[in-house]
Amino acid sequence: MRISNFKFQLPNFMKYLLFLCVLLMIFASFAQAQIAVKGETIWTMAGDPITNGIVLIKNGKIEAVGTELQVKIPSNYRIISAKVVTPGLIDAHTVIGLNGYLNQPHDQMALDGSSPIQPDLRAIDSYNPEEILIGWVRSYGVTTIHTGHQPSALVPGQTMIAKTVGKTVDDVTIVPGAMLNVTLGESAIASQGRSPGTRAKQVAMLRAELLKAGNYKGEPRDLKQEMWKKVLNREIPLLVTAHRAVDIMNALRIAKEFNIKLVLDGVSDAQQVMSEIKTSGFPVIVHPTMYRAGGETENLSMETAAKLKAAGIPVALQSGYEGYVPKTRIVLFEAALAAANGMSRRDALATVTIDAAKILGLDNRIGSLVAGKDADLAMYDGDPFEYVTHCTGTIINGNVVSDVIR
Amino acid sequence: MKRHFCSFLLLISLFGSILGQEKPTAFINARIIPIVGQPIEQGILLIQNGKIKAVGDARLVKLSSDVQIVDLNGKVIMPGLVDTHSHIGDGSGADGSSPIQPDVRILDSLNPRATSLQRAQSGGITTVNVMPGSGHLDSGQTLYIKLRDGAVKIDDLLIYDKDGKFMGGIKFANGTNPLRTGSGNFPGTRAKSAALVREQFIKAQEYKAKIDKAGNDKTKLPNRDLAMEALVEALEGKRTVHFHTHRADDVMTVLRLHKEFGFKLVLQHVSEAWKIADEIAKAKVPSSIIMIDAPGGKLETMDVSYKNGVALEKAGALVGFHTDDYITDSRLFLRSAGLAMRAGMSREKALYGMTMAGAMMLGMQDRIGSLENGKDADFIVLNGDPLSVYTHVEQTWVDGKNVFDRSIPTDYLTAVGGFGATTDRLVHLDCFDGDVEGGQE
Repeated sequence: MRISNFKFQLPNFMKYLLFLCVLLMIFASFAQAQIAVKGETIWTMAGDPITNGIVLIKNGKIEAVGTELQVKIPSNYRIISAKVVTPGLIDAHTVIGLNGYLNQPHDQMALDGSSPIQPDLRAIDSYNPEEILIGWVRSYGVTTIHTGHQPSALVPGQTMIAKTVGKTVDDVTIVPGAMLNVTLGESAIASQGRSPGTRAKQVAMLRAELLKAGNYKGEPRDLKQEMWKKVLNREIPLLVTAHRAVDIMNALRIAKEFNIKLVLDGVSDAQQVMSEIKTSGFPVIVHPTMYRAGGETENLSMETAAKLKAAGIPVALQSGYEGYVPKTRIVLFEAALAAANGMSRRDALATVTIDAAKILGLDNRIGSLVAGKDADLAMYDGDPFEYVTHCTGTIINGNVVSDVIR
Repeated sequence: MKRHFCSFLLLISLFGSILGQEKPTAFINARIIPIVGQPIEQGILLIQNGKIKAVGDARLVKLSSDVQIVDLNGKVIMPGLVDTHSHIGDGSGADGSSPIQPDVRILDSLNPRATSLQRAQSGGITTVNVMPGSGHLDSGQTLYIKLRDGAVKIDDLLIYDKDGKFMGGIKFANGTNPLRTGSGNFPGTRAKSAALVREQFIKAQEYKAKIDKAGNDKTKLPNRDLAMEALVEALEGKRTVHFHTHRADDVMTVLRLHKEFGFKLVLQHVSEAWKIADEIAKAKVPSSIIMIDAPGGKLETMDVSYKNGVALEKAGALVGFHTDDYITDSRLFLRSAGLAMRAGMSREKALYGMTMAGAMMLGMQDRIGSLENGKDADFIVLNGDPLSVYTHVEQTWVDGKNVFDRSIPTDYLTAVGGFGATTDRLVHLDCFDGDVEGGQE
């Protein structure tokens, strides 16, 4: 590659020129990774919002955050301006990537109906990073999703945490086995005489699994037991979807008996057992604000998130599982409705950024705009929560991954 | 005891309104969005006996001495919202016996005490086209209702036309929902769907010809056929066809049927309207669209777009909105207009779509949809910009009666949800909260 050597025929020379161009483009794209995002308002989610601020991005990480007076933009940085800048949004619980937008059997991979207890099912083995719905939520500013099996069986499988852009599951995954899904209540009652047919049976089956795993010594290898063992060793929490108060209390009772970690999910009846949830110390990923009330979710409220927050319970919002239309919700919109129903704008934004990151155990990497964290940002042309505001761009790991105006 | 007293109060108020003795009420200090005409910054809305008596600038509206004043302190008034396609009221239409059942009326299945009706009131909806489902080519007759309070029977919610008949349309569907391969006489393809619908409308044309031929000679009338009667009403333009359709080719099929049979038509959903907005405009057919948070969920809505509103607006077609409740929540109906504006629709047309456009689609443009003298006193009070997420509907009024008030605990419960919010009320008269089942902690 001695480009000073010009003893070539013209076609060869052209080849070199082409090669040079490609090299230049690669350098250019590296240069693009050095970005300065200017925002009239920057919600860092680490302290007060900054007026007329700058976020410097270098090599996929946040280099500096501050006001225009504090942060100087180096000359080779690409400048992107936005009215409002927030950390990339985090959807604390979804099923997209396993379930797709077509809603046909071949793209619905979030539930295997062969058995009610399948802790060995890894989300990564079903995850399609190119699913249309992932691009859809990305274009509204969602940069990280906690996704997995759908809450329609007692133990439907594992969850994973991924960034919302990338070609392969390896490219996108942050945590391959984040939590183990458990569903209590009506939606995990099996039909036609199969187990579990009642709530009491659900709890009995879970206790039996946990008891058995307590005696598991690792030989011969058993994928199910290995997963339960991680739960018993408090390496991963159970993500328990429970809507009715009785189911929430069942979850807390199991956690106490086996000294395991929980993340409560859904919790439509939260307001009836608020002090019990608070005492347990477990965080909550609450149902989407606009979730449909009916059956075991009949008592849900648009104010549940606000009331949990007011009680001092760690709370994140989620897009949840949808069986029909919309095939996914968008946490930006769910947080907006929470802000319209009793939550402060900052707290509502926290449910889809820093507070979600904390519950997922990733607040050292994502969820706020702080030097050293991943450069995941969302940009808006106004208050992110207003219906008529647009998401003008999304940045993940320092790359502009969406610039459609949504 | 309370309930008897309540009925007594009702009787008195009824008696009063029969004699035309109701005092006029003036809502003052309001920002009024009349929909027809420019917004009025410092406006007065004057109502009496369920009708609008005056609407205009505070300096121009004359108030009589007996008027009751309601000071709104700068709040916003706009017409009650018109939902052109909803499934509130626990209704059901046709059964599995046949794909085309024009004789089936959703009227005969509605529960006037369903909480879904109150949810709609809390979202500012005052008039609704309640439809049967889309699992048939024709799942039956729809019903236009007003969300009045205190209904004990569905009759209390009906809207009557000039001939004294209660108003409603008829629901048709194409695309994938009515396809049931191998299920009796249901269609297995789109072409078959169209053929079956054409066959029935041709039969109805023949039935109508017999009636026309009989003239005044009752002995020559054909035997009564309830299905044919409903389709004849559609052919005569007395019963609007509300056609569920998603994909562009399916919409074109509907337009073809419309051209062949000349029925009054409202396109419902129209998920791919943005692809053929000019064709829809050329056919002079209105579209009732829906705002869904993500594409897909079914194959024929892969390309649904928030841009449908702006595309149709730019093409010059009439655009309205619907909740399709439970698909979207009646309490958040205004959100549909907000999202349409987000995608480029003008504020004016988005708000027009929530009100006047819907009134036109239901053939009620002379009675509802805007705040104008002589129209029904159907309106809502908002605490801010109707298209802001932070704005709440504070009051809903139907025929001059308050049917929702966010400051009343039971109504608040309906609006935000919570324990008991979805329990149907036994009696839901607002004069006594204690009579409201499910409203208590």
